[in-house]
Order: sequence, then structure tokens, then C-alpha cells
Amino acid sequence: MSVKSTAAGASPAKGRGRTSPRGHAAKPRTGDPGLVQLLTPEGERVEHPDYAIDLTPEELRGLYRDMVLTRRFDAEAITLQRQGELGLWASLLGQEAAQIGSGRATRPDDYVFPTYREHGVAWTRDVDPLNLLGMFRGVNHGGWDPNENNFQLYTIVIGSQTLHATGYAMGVAKDGADAAVIAYFGDGASSQGDVAESFTFAAVYNAPVVFFCQNNQWAISEPTEKQSRVPIYQRAAGYGFPGVRVDGNDVLAVLAVTRAALEHARSGQGPMLVEAFTYRMGAHTTTDDPTRYRRDEEREEWASKDPIARLKTYLEREGFADEAFYAGIDAESDALAKRVREGVRNMPNPGTMAIFDNVYADGSALVDEERAQFADYLASFEDAAAGSSAGTGH
Amino acid sequence: MTQTMAVAKALNESLRKALENDPKVLIMGEDVGKLGGVFRITDGLHKDFGEGRVIDTPLAESGIVGTAIGLALRGYRPVVEIQFDGFVFPAYDQIVTQLAKMHARALGKIKLPVVIRIPYGGGIGAVEHHSESPEALFAHIPGLKVVSPSNASDAYWMLQQAIECDDPVIFFEPKRRYWDKGEVDVSALPGDLHRAVVAQQGTDITLAAYGPMVKVCLEAAAAAANEGRSLEVVDLRSLSPIDFDTIQASVERTGRLVVVHEAPVFYGAGAEIAARITERCFYHLEAPVLRVGGFHAPYPPARLEEEYLPGLDRVLDAVDRALAF
Ligand SMILES: Cc1ncc(C[n+]2csc(CCOP(=O)(O)OP(=O)(O)O)c2C)c(N)n1
Repeated sequence: MSVKSTAAGASPAKGRGRTSPRGHAAKPRTGDPGLVQLLTPEGERVEHPDYAIDLTPEELRGLYRDMVLTRRFDAEAITLQRQGELGLWASLLGQEAAQIGSGRATRPDDYVFPTYREHGVAWTRDVDPLNLLGMFRGVNHGGWDPNENNFQLYTIVIGSQTLHATGYAMGVAKDGADAAVIAYFGDGASSQGDVAESFTFAAVYNAPVVFFCQNNQWAISEPTEKQSRVPIYQRAAGYGFPGVRVDGNDVLAVLAVTRAALEHARSGQGPMLVEAFTYRMGAHTTTDDPTRYRRDEEREEWASKDPIARLKTYLEREGFADEAFYAGIDAESDALAKRVREGVRNMPNPGTMAIFDNVYADGSALVDEERAQFADYLASFEDAAAGSSAGTGH
Repeated sequence: MTQTMAVAKALNESLRKALENDPKVLIMGEDVGKLGGVFRITDGLHKDFGEGRVIDTPLAESGIVGTAIGLALRGYRPVVEIQFDGFVFPAYDQIVTQLAKMHARALGKIKLPVVIRIPYGGGIGAVEHHSESPEALFAHIPGLKVVSPSNASDAYWMLQQAIECDDPVIFFEPKRRYWDKGEVDVSALPGDLHRAVVAQQGTDITLAAYGPMVKVCLEAAAAAANEGRSLEVVDLRSLSPIDFDTIQASVERTGRLVVVHEAPVFYGAGAEIAARITERCFYHLEAPVLRVGGFHAPYPPARLEEEYLPGLDRVLDAVDRALAF
């Protein structure tokens, strides 16, 4: 069999009439949409044939405010880590537009499955920023009720959450609800088997899930080329759903593309992959040393594409914001920083017996036994201390 | 030729020696190249041996172990780094269903000399999945060898022996001991990879430990000595196989045994040791074999790990209880 006929034989040209459980046929978009951009790095507004957006000045100011406050929160967390108040921090510096744009595209009834760096997305979901810090301070492993804001717990094991998101989306579809699900992951994560399997399941079951890959160019020390030889968004085609690459430092484009992707999912057209092309400006985490693997010039290049500066230029060019607006945001930032600082410093350590809490929903005799034994053991020190102080008391 | 070095450095030197000695040895894993690994265990190896020998892999643990199996089938000796204990599970399927069994399935005709290095255990204030002790899950699987050094000299020698071994070896590195210094005689003849050693002689009770807990037990022995008690400490070094003869000989001298590990006690290594030693030493035992270890609860957040991890006091408490029988 010649190569040619093999290729022809493998071609899915004849429609197999696949219909989704929700009654719509999946319709993959073909061709390379390139990089969707609505705001250039110079802050100039441009149009894109597929992704239009029309925001009021107030909405634009809102996005700006979100990004500035998120950046300030992140900076405060880094400082707190340096001061020993947090054990670790994973900074989102540089990724504000990718997170705020996509987060603001979600509806309250949508459900978000984050990794460990989605502080900006959490902000758009009204998750108290202090909640995000417990895990990094080492007082808990999560610290919030995921159902309160439809924002799942952070996931540290790379890629796992994409399957949870897909399953959740399968449930949404079964329920006949018109919500969508969005799963965040990194370019490194795209190599994990779980992510490939989530693509498979999402495609096969036409699940209403948007896979949102923040390609920040690095997985700790490994550049994207160590994960993939094709642009990540193009992988979607192999699974039979559309993929699109958006300028991840352009909050307008991210908002427009993610809105469209969520709508695509909600309307029964199945999954979609969004690759937000962005950059991690800082270290991978506070324990990382990027000077070992990354050139300074690269960071500087990306600094000129800064998502916040770009929107600010636009706001100013259009006269959408005045001094009072910026002064207001500065004051808000300071207040947020103060609240975060004080909140972290006053965050209580969990009680020792919390080790045994919530191991099972239905309880366990084994846990109860170990808890009691450990309590006795700890009490023996108090008895000894009481005994010795009684002994020395005159 | 004795040198003083930290455990991390000893592992690094050991890998260097293995790469030098055998062109078939490969290092594979996430960030093992330019970065030198997140703990810098592979520091400088990428520079000196090139990316053909020291391979930065995609972020995919099943892929890393699965391709290492293929490379081993082709005659290479891959040494795989798993970044942290909690991240081995995407590869667990490959390790358990494939790596462990292939030699037997091929009637012994093929060898799988794959080493899987896993920094494990707690005590470094990390977030979840970075402090676990899953060794029993591997020791339970026939076909895998499981070892864990407790000091620089063993780190240096045991890693090279693991790489030379024709069986798959899960090499657990006690991450909170990476910065502990010790003497390494790089020209000595190494001992048996699977032999336990008496790290401290004593007469009243045997403490059996491995990896990160050996140091705690030695400290307990020192503290107990001040109270006139003589504790013997056995460093197991290998968890599969376990050198029961050395433990038995010690227990026959002391009459009492406490097994100490960080991993949860329930279904852990201590259970196996307690059962076997009870079978072997029933008439020598003056007390039941006691275990000190983790609880049947997820590894707690960092602010509670001091309470969770067995420390001096919990070991000495068990010693008191064993001696009270
Ligand atoms: C299964 C697994 N393997 C390894 C790690 C260690 N690790 C944490 S983050 C990271 C890099 C992730 O890169 P990427 O997916 O691109 O996301 P980014 O951190 O850049 O946002 C690695 C290797 C992990 N958390 N989980």
C-alpha cells in the first residue's frame, strides 16, 4: 500500500455523522488561526475576523483593575514568602491577562478547575485571596469550599485536573445544564498522559469543557520545545475539536476567545482548546533559580509585551481613565496588600489533632484509635510537666 | 581515599562515576539537564556528558518510565529521576504492571536494569505531594528491589550498585538528609547492597530504621545513653529484600525490637518486619515488636509535620513501652 493511499484511507473525509449527546454535531475548525490579538503590545486596538469584542469604558477599567490588584496580591505574596510567612509561592507575574481575561469570560454557573498558579482566575471567581495562601503557608492543603464559587481546589499533580474537569463537564451535559467547564494547565502539563486522556474523553463524549493552556514558555527549566514539536493549540485537531492560539498578554483577546470557546461548549458543540501564549516573568516558584536556564534578554523582550502596561496605554489613548481612577486603584492595592499581609500573619496554625480530621467522610475506627493514642501520648508530656512543676513548687 | 561530602553531593559523584564507567548509563527526568534537577543531584552532568546521556524529558512520568523500559530492552541502563515522591504515581502503572514483571514473563531472558530515583519523606516544609513515603507500595511488588541510603557513604555506593544491578531498583533518597555531611571512602570496597548494618551497638533494645529515620534513631540512642540505656540501631538500607538475618541477630542479643519509619504504620514496612521477626525470634522476645511511624491520615500541611513525623520523643516513648513489658 502506497503512502498516498494510506493517507487517503485514513482520511475522515466521509462524514460519519457523529452527533453529540446534546444533539449537535462537533464541527472542528480547520486552518491555523495564528495568534488572535485585539490589542497590540503598543496598546493599539485591532480587529480580528472571528473574535470581536465591544466593551464599555467601565468594563475596560474593570479589567485593568483586576489585573493591577492581582499583580499586587502576587507581589505581596512573594514578599511574604521572603519574610518567611509563606513556605512557597508560585507567582503569576506576566500572566495576568491570560487569567483575568479567561476568568472574566466565565459565568457564575460555569466551573473552574485550576492548577496552583491561577490566583487571577480565583480573583474573578470572588475567592478570597487569603484562602489561596493557606496551602502555601502550610496550614492546609486547600482551604476553601470548591462549590462556593465553582472554583475547584488547586491541583499540584500536573495535569490531573483536566480529567476531573472533563468528567464534571460530562455530568453537566448529562444534567442538560447549559453551563461550561474550564480546565487550566501549563504547556509542560500538555505532555502528561492525563491531559491526552482528557482530550480523548472530552472529544468522544462531546463534553462542554474548555481546555485553557497557559503556555508561559517554561515548565520549570524546560522550554516548550521539550514538550511539543507543534504549537500546542494544533493538538486539538488530532482529537477532533478546535484549537486556537490567543495572545495571552492581551486581555481583550483572551476574554473574546475564551467567551467564544465557553459558548461553543455551552451550545453543545463540545470541547475546545485555547492556548494562551504568554510568559512567566518570575521564577517558577520562590525556590526556583531561572538564571540557571533562562536568558535575561528573553525576559526583557517579554516585558515589552506587559499585559497591564498595554491596557493602560489603550485606556489613556482613548481617554477612558483619569487620574482619580488610577489613584483609586492605588489605594485599593495598598488596602489589599495590607489585608493580605495582616491576614497571613494572623492565620492560625491548625491544632495538632487536625491531622486526623476529615480522613474519611464516614469515619474510621482505625483513625479514631490512632487519634486517641496520640492524644494520650501528648497528654503524657503535660502530666510530666505538671508533675515536675508540682515537684519543684515550694 | 576518604572525602567529606553531603548526601546530595555523594549522589551526584556517584552518578558521575556511573556515567564515566559505563557508556550505556543514561540519566533521564524532568529538569535534570541545565537545572541539574530541583535538588541539584544531577548538577554539572549535562554539561560534562551532553544531552545524549543526561536527558531532559517531557513532563510525563508514565512516559519517562515507559521509555526507560524500552531503552533497557535495547541494552541501556537508564537512571530515572522522579522529581518528588508524590509524582511517581502517573508512572506507577508502568513500574508495577510492566517493569516489575517483564523479566519473569520472558523466562529470565531479558533484563531490566532501570533505576528509579525518588526523593522521599518529609521534614522540609513543602506543600502536598512533596513529603510522602510510599516505599511499602513498591516493596510489596515482586520483581522490584527497593533500597534507601541513610548517609553519604551509602548514597555514594548504593546508587552505583543499584545502577550495576540487572533488576529494576527503586532508589529512595531521604530528601531531608540531602544536606547532611558524612565521610565517603571512594576507594573502599562497597558492602552488599541488600545487607543491613548495625549503625550503633547496644544491649537493651534494637531499633530498626532506614533512610531519614536512621539519624533520629541514632540521636535517640545517644539520648537514651545519658539515662543509662543501651540502644542498638540497625540501618536496614534495603527494604526489598530485607536482611532479616541481621535484625534477628540483633534481636537475639537485645530481646526487644522497635521499628521506626515515616510512612504510615498501617500496612507498612514495620508490619512486615514485626511479623517475620516474631516468627523467627518468638522465644527471644521480651516484648511485642512495636512500631513508630506515620498515622493513617494524609501527610499533613507543613505546619503540622513536626508533630506528625516520628521524632526523638516518640521513639523514646516506644523504647519505654517496650522496656516496660
Ligand atoms: C506529576 C507531576 N510531576 C512533576 C511535578 C513537579 N512540577 C511542578 S510544576 C512543574 C512544571 C509545570 O510546568 P507547566 O505545566 O508548563 O506549568 P507552569 O508551572 O509553567 O504554569 C513540575 C515539573 C508535578 N507537580 N507533578
